[in-house]
Amino acid sequence: MKRFTLFNATSLTLGFAFLYVPILILVIYSFNSSRLVTVWAGFSTKWYVELFNNEQFLDAALVTLKVGIASSCIATVLGTIAAMVMVRGGKFRGRTLFSGMIYAPLVMPEVITGLSLLLLFIALGIDRGVFTIVLAHATFSMCYVSVVVSSRLVSFDESLEEAALDLGCTPFDAFKSVTLPIIAPAVISGWLLAFTLSLDDLVIASFTTGPSATTLPIKIYSAVRLGVSPEINALSTLLIGVVTIGVIVASLATKRAAIHRKRQEEMARQEEG
Amino acid sequence: MRRALVISIPYFWLIALFLVPFGIVLKIALSDPQVSIPPYTPHFDLSTGWAGIKDFFSQLDFENFIWLTEDNLYWKAYVSSLRIALISTILTLLVGFPIAYAMAQAPKEWQPTLMMLIILPFWTSFLIRVYAWMGILSTEGFLNQFLLWTGLISAPLQIINTDWAVFIAIVYTYLPFMVLPIYASLEKLDPSYIEAAQDLGCSRAQAFWSVTIPLSKSGVIAGCFLVFIPVVGEFVIPSLLGGSKTLMIGKVLWDEFFSNRDWPVASAVAVILLLILIIPIVLFQKQQERAQEADT
Repeated sequence: MKRFTLFNATSLTLGFAFLYVPILILVIYSFNSSRLVTVWAGFSTKWYVELFNNEQFLDAALVTLKVGIASSCIATVLGTIAAMVMVRGGKFRGRTLFSGMIYAPLVMPEVITGLSLLLLFIALGIDRGVFTIVLAHATFSMCYVSVVVSSRLVSFDESLEEAALDLGCTPFDAFKSVTLPIIAPAVISGWLLAFTLSLDDLVIASFTTGPSATTLPIKIYSAVRLGVSPEINALSTLLIGVVTIGVIVASLATKRAAIHRKRQEEMARQEEG
Repeated sequence: MRRALVISIPYFWLIALFLVPFGIVLKIALSDPQVSIPPYTPHFDLSTGWAGIKDFFSQLDFENFIWLTEDNLYWKAYVSSLRIALISTILTLLVGFPIAYAMAQAPKEWQPTLMMLIILPFWTSFLIRVYAWMGILSTEGFLNQFLLWTGLISAPLQIINTDWAVFIAIVYTYLPFMVLPIYASLEKLDPSYIEAAQDLGCSRAQAFWSVTIPLSKSGVIAGCFLVFIPVVGEFVIPSLLGGSKTLMIGKVLWDEFFSNRDWPVASAVAVILLLILIIPIVLFQKQQERAQEADT
């Protein structure tokens, strides 16, 4: 019997208050009519109107969206392959190096990754801009995708794939019709993770961008350095809203998919019996 | 054959975009600064073949590294980064462990929701979460307003632009990285072990120390690595919340690169930072591999 004590209830309450009160304050004060962010002067949505009239922010948002979609798609494909290699690949030469290159970017300080990629792009003579940010983001987010997908791969039975191969599937067919449907929820959450990591990144984007491409975090950072401003509060609120809705929808969808699959498995079992 | 092809796609991508760039950083760290763009003298030219390589080794110089050891600023920044990372890792563990423990103890049907509540802030922008604290910690900010209102203090505290602001923000932003691995290891813990310990005469506290803590060790270690290593090179938090006295190497590197435009010195700073972190990174990788093998 697990006992849920007062101590546990207190740590959860305090913990979640710590996590959510700052975000809540930020959201509430985006509707403040005063320019002084810490003094409440009445409800207003004027900062949102100002935000939508600010073309620089809109342009930056567009660049960020482009980079996010492109890099997360590349990262999902590469990360899923990398996960298959890690979990199903068996022993091959350079395996330790490979797993090192998968895990190291997860903890590598961003200033190092950013600086080293910039120097690579300069050495190769590539013009910096959207393209180079996409390459940089795809590289570090593929490692996150790979970790998410691996954890799903280790938990399902390899004999399902072997059965498909025994029944005459090519390895690619077996992957497409057996493995992929099972790991799909992990692949989708990997994509979402890669996408939000890309939307969020300031440091690596600052290093790898050129004069032609300014992403939203770069824009926010240069505004925020001068101090707190209500427009940034409004922009943050919009971003938080989009991400929250996205995460909730995605988790409900995967939950429904899981229930649906369970029901199908049960039906299949009943037919057998 | 086809297997080799599949392996080689992510393999070569990572070699080209993760490993090779470090080689270039090392190369530039050993070059002389120049005013032109790119602002360094390339010292290694493969097109000239063997002569180029010989030439390269003959003019290798470590003057950028010597410069780092001579200037007190860099040395202090490394020590200070390690100190801040260590203290904030401990603080994050102290805040994170009770949360993870309570989550694992909560009724099973709550757990997915609690998990999502921990992950959700992680999905919202890091920059925005740091920014949120600027309004809270400033001299006329919400925390000071609140403390003045309760009468606990009579004059506003200076929190922003001190190390304290940096600690608070690090604990806040890195908390999910600590809570999730600890929760994962506690959740797997079979409650009958604790019952057995209690049946054998342990008090609840003794059972906690001799069963729960050792069995959650792998989660605690993973959480500490996930916080410590990136925090050593952290840039955004010291830049927005730290003061002029808060020295962190990530910020030094950034300023060296973007303000002073001294690329060779910035590269040398990065090389040394990497050398400091290589041991924790390797230990982290080994730990992750072991955890994955234990799962299969």
